[in-house]
Amino acid sequence: MSIDKATVARIARLAHLDVPEDDLEALAGELSNILGWVEQLGEVDTEGVAPMTSVVEVTLPRRADEVTDGGDADKIVANAPQRDGDFFVVPKVIE
Amino acid sequence: MTAALTELTLGQARDGLAKGEFSSRELTEAHIAAVEGARDLNAFITETPERALAMADASDARRGNGEAGAMDGIPIAVKDLYCTDGVRTTAASRILESFVPPYESSVTANLWRAGAVMLGKTNMDEFAMGSANMFSFKGPAINPWRRDGDGPPLVPGGSSGGSAAAVAARVALGAIGTDTGGSIRQPASFCGVVGMKPTYGRCSRWGIVAFASSLDQAGPLARSVRDCAIMLGAMAGHDPRDSTSVDRPVPDYEAALGGGVKGLRVGIPAEYRVDDMPEEIERLWAQGVEWMKGQGAEAVDISLPHTRYALPAYYIVAPAEASSNLARYDGVKYGLRVPSDDLTEMYQKTRAAGFGPEVKRRVLIGTYVLSAGYYDAYYLKAQKLRTLIAADFRAAFQRVDVILTPTAPSAAFAVGEKMDDPIAMYLNDVFTVPASMAGLPAISIPAGLSAEGLPLGLHLIGRPFDEETVLRAAQAVEEAAGFTARPEGVGR
Repeated sequence: MSIDKATVARIARLAHLDVPEDDLEALAGELSNILGWVEQLGEVDTEGVAPMTSVVEVTLPRRADEVTDGGDADKIVANAPQRDGDFFVVPKVIE
Repeated sequence: MTAALTELTLGQARDGLAKGEFSSRELTEAHIAAVEGARDLNAFITETPERALAMADASDARRGNGEAGAMDGIPIAVKDLYCTDGVRTTAASRILESFVPPYESSVTANLWRAGAVMLGKTNMDEFAMGSANMFSFKGPAINPWRRDGDGPPLVPGGSSGGSAAAVAARVALGAIGTDTGGSIRQPASFCGVVGMKPTYGRCSRWGIVAFASSLDQAGPLARSVRDCAIMLGAMAGHDPRDSTSVDRPVPDYEAALGGGVKGLRVGIPAEYRVDDMPEEIERLWAQGVEWMKGQGAEAVDISLPHTRYALPAYYIVAPAEASSNLARYDGVKYGLRVPSDDLTEMYQKTRAAGFGPEVKRRVLIGTYVLSAGYYDAYYLKAQKLRTLIAADFRAAFQRVDVILTPTAPSAAFAVGEKMDDPIAMYLNDVFTVPASMAGLPAISIPAGLSAEGLPLGLHLIGRPFDEETVLRAAQAVEEAAGFTARPEGVGR
């Protein structure tokens, strides 16, 4: 699979990554190489093989749905790039 | 005295502390001085000498009260991927450059509960993505080894490169790393130390910055197999906060040592004999087989037919999970923010400025393989391959108790090499990734030197949760190899 500049721009948008126009060409080449290399998986017949969902044979544990901690607003916002009291501040979302 | 204390193995230091031959404060001061003396290795992102001394004093006080834990007073280094309460944790990324976690990871909490002392946070590849420790916002960590004791600076391997370099340079008695596709074992091989990835689920992932959640696992690096056994015993255990951590008792790993390998069946997988494998690696592997046989083990030829597909399948699964895990870095709740009046533009510019080149590549690959129309062709296909790879191992473990392979296809290479071609870098992990894809425990033991005088590791893979057999077999390799070489200029 060869990826073109437009595809790189599209997935960069999906990934919320700002990629300068000048870098698209080089990235398209690199990503095409990597995807070309992983496509050797196509050699293997996987008809009827179940995809792995858990690497160790365990049943996911269940627990009661209850509040076990909280009241740490100050700690939680301590790392915020911009805060106002206990709130995270972001650019205006709704016009 | 100072030099002698940094020469001890972790086990010897523990015994010396128990006998009162020295205090944790003396041991810790010697290691803090060693850390400062080895700054040219760039092995640490953050040094924590004050905290280390406070922890050492608290340890000496506990010992005075007869309350010493399994690792009490032992100074160790911590990969900067483990969240440490009140100590900056960067994952070697610009995007977390100023992040100070308000909580402690479960594995480090277990270690501090056992009495261990933290020297600092070690350098690594950004978000654990890399095999040479070249992708760090703090610059590369450097391997204390040189070709024939001279020549250009070499990489320590990665992603736990700073941890491996610190242990090899005798500035920490042990270190913790994380291993997603070989990130403990390959740097251990490059730096001439022992490094172990336990079974997926053996250690809690809670509080470890996530890379690929179905593969990430914590593990120790140290200068002997016994040291790794001691550390793993302190790190492991069930944690209700990680639903994939397994609720089964932690064995006494140290007690499993010394049993020898008489009658043990050691599998030699034909498929690991890859094209253009350097002759010295091939020779070391054959030597390892002879060592095992010489101690009464039986070598059994086995086949793991899907081995060659493990690495390409990994480079679908790991980037896919990474692209999902790294979606949280958006400049809102923590980490770097590049301001903008527009929310989407703020996300895009923040992530562009905060992530390095390899992380961006993997986020893009991961986004692509998970995107509409491609999911089945890539991600689902890779997860099916993973089922086949795990089945190969399951079948092999019907016939053998442990599998012996080389750890890496080469010795350490020079800083700057293999940077033009991502796939050349990925191939470093060709022997370590299959066990990761199957969640199996595996260890690298320094076993010999390359023609240029650089360490080379042998690699043992075991059954799920059978770390004891892996450690026991590793000790047999360790004893036969008698690896006493050390990097030039270290400890002399």
